[in-house]
Amino acid sequence: MNLYNTDEVSVEQVRTVANGIRRRVLEHTILNKGGYLSQACSSAEIFAVLYTKILKLSKLKAPIVPKPFPGVPGPLNKDYFTGESYHGEKGAAYDRFYLSPSQYSLVMYTALIEVGRMSENGLSDFNKDGSSLEMIGAEHSPGMGLMGGSLGQCISQAAGIALSRKLKGEEGRVFVFLSDGECQSGQFWEAVQCMAYHKLDNMVMYVDVNGYQCDGKTSTVMNLEPFDKRLEAFGARVFRVHGHDIERLAALGKQKPDGRPLFILADTCPYKGIGILKTREPKFHYVRFTKDEEIKDYHLALEKMK
Amino acid sequence: MEINSRVHANNLLKWAKDKKEVVVLSADLTSSTEIDAFRDTYPDRFFSMGIAEQNMLSFAGGMAREGFVPFVHTFAVFIYRRAYDQIAMSVAYPNLPVKMFGFLPGIMTPGGATHQAIEDISVMRSLPNMTILECGDATEVESVLDVAMEVNGPVYIRMLRGEIPRLFSQNEPMRLNQVRVLSKGNDITIISSGICTEEAMRATTVLKSKGVSINHLHISTLKPFDDNHVMDAIASAKFGVITMENHSVIGGLGTIINEIIAKSGMQKKVTNIGIKDTFIHGASKQYLMKEYGLDAMALIHEVESMMGSSYDIKENELKEAFIAAVHSEAKPEAL
Repeated sequence: MNLYNTDEVSVEQVRTVANGIRRRVLEHTILNKGGYLSQACSSAEIFAVLYTKILKLSKLKAPIVPKPFPGVPGPLNKDYFTGESYHGEKGAAYDRFYLSPSQYSLVMYTALIEVGRMSENGLSDFNKDGSSLEMIGAEHSPGMGLMGGSLGQCISQAAGIALSRKLKGEEGRVFVFLSDGECQSGQFWEAVQCMAYHKLDNMVMYVDVNGYQCDGKTSTVMNLEPFDKRLEAFGARVFRVHGHDIERLAALGKQKPDGRPLFILADTCPYKGIGILKTREPKFHYVRFTKDEEIKDYHLALEKMK
Repeated sequence: MEINSRVHANNLLKWAKDKKEVVVLSADLTSSTEIDAFRDTYPDRFFSMGIAEQNMLSFAGGMAREGFVPFVHTFAVFIYRRAYDQIAMSVAYPNLPVKMFGFLPGIMTPGGATHQAIEDISVMRSLPNMTILECGDATEVESVLDVAMEVNGPVYIRMLRGEIPRLFSQNEPMRLNQVRVLSKGNDITIISSGICTEEAMRATTVLKSKGVSINHLHISTLKPFDDNHVMDAIASAKFGVITMENHSVIGGLGTIINEIIAKSGMQKKVTNIGIKDTFIHGASKQYLMKEYGLDAMALIHEVESMMGSSYDIKENELKEAFIAAVHSEAKPEAL
């Protein structure tokens, strides 16, 4: 399916993309006996909405077949590429989309397949040695245009890009996907104050507020709340929504700029769509399957999603 | 000796005039890093980033991706110590043309340990894609901008401000990966960098009058480091090699030369003058150079030790040390 952002894309189609993201991520998590599964559960609607209802990206002639790892960038590497080509050409009118937490790489890859930007079998090399589709991707990985990590760095880089685009008079906006845990870092708040000070209203941040991080429940690791009020106090324009509500997620991202960077805090559920994952609470960050019994259960869940 | 004031301030203004891609980022040290004139002349290309260096370095990486060449200005310590991960991932990994101007290297500040960049070369040198330059006089402060621009990637610069001597002719600008041969000889090879070169020149003038034959090299590119003159100078030294730098003896120029000698298989004695693996404290440049053995006298003692001779040189034989006026117009702020 080649799904581009047009008004004709229905809520049902967006939901199909979101479900496809979950299904594909679960498939590969089973294949690898583990992975970043809950990230797909919480963020599938955000990615689906972004690619089908929000982002203004150029069309591709055909879905891209991933190439192997091109080597690291440097003055001598002439074959180097970034994964931004999956978003089409970098025209002045087009948006940019950057993924901050690279633990969501597989969500990004599967979203690209779902909307026809990566070939259907593009994940055949996922997590294999020498592939550009690492479990924790980098700027050469499909969909990525910069080094999102380590956590907290993406938003500052995107802010530099957003200011540059303003200086060049480019219309396209700069979108960043973040997750809540990384917003504990000092650099994140440095970036927000900077974006507000330099009036970067061409930036839109979608934050997956799933409430969990590596150690467990976010409120027991380092409290971020009231997250929306804190951001507002820093000068951001903030909306907080049910993070699986496709229509709301889409409507908020289409608003006219008002001088402030726009944050859409999406309150999500880390086991949405894969109910048996709930038994792992509060450890959702990385799922590892150790028992055959467990793998069978997840196989069953996968069958039900097809 | 010709002394120049606010060299960077004046030079940057002229140099950047028609370079619209060059933008200047400041972390609340605008006059302290001599970019106040740039700010006032080209306000559209000056961006205040506040005391938030981690964001500033990643932000600079973002601007570089869009075709700008960010000139990041702050004190050296606040670049590499506060924002190392950001330099590594947002700038160095993608090999972006972000030029980092680190002021007050080593003992150049009375600000004490918090302000003194004593291990910056050591830290930055191990970063892939990084180029490291160090200025030793006014000519180098002026010409380092062209060198930094010619590099297709990130550059870290140990920069000088305020009143700066001119040691090298303006017709002989800094060149990437090229050493300056300041004197030729075959007893001792002295390899110096930054402000230590002025001290070394003072010492070598007197030592030569005592009959010591000295090969003196000045280094302004610390990475890459493969000018053949270095190998030749090491090979020609009968008694040994002395390195001299305003930096820790671990990881900087001394270490680079030690590595070169070890790899070459040459049997050469080598002595490293520098900050001896210690933090230092806040005091004047003259005091710290003497106290920590970075001055002309320290070099003379090492030469004597290496030659096994005593030349009975008194401090007053050395040309009077250049002392910057503490409350000069050129330093608008205490730090």
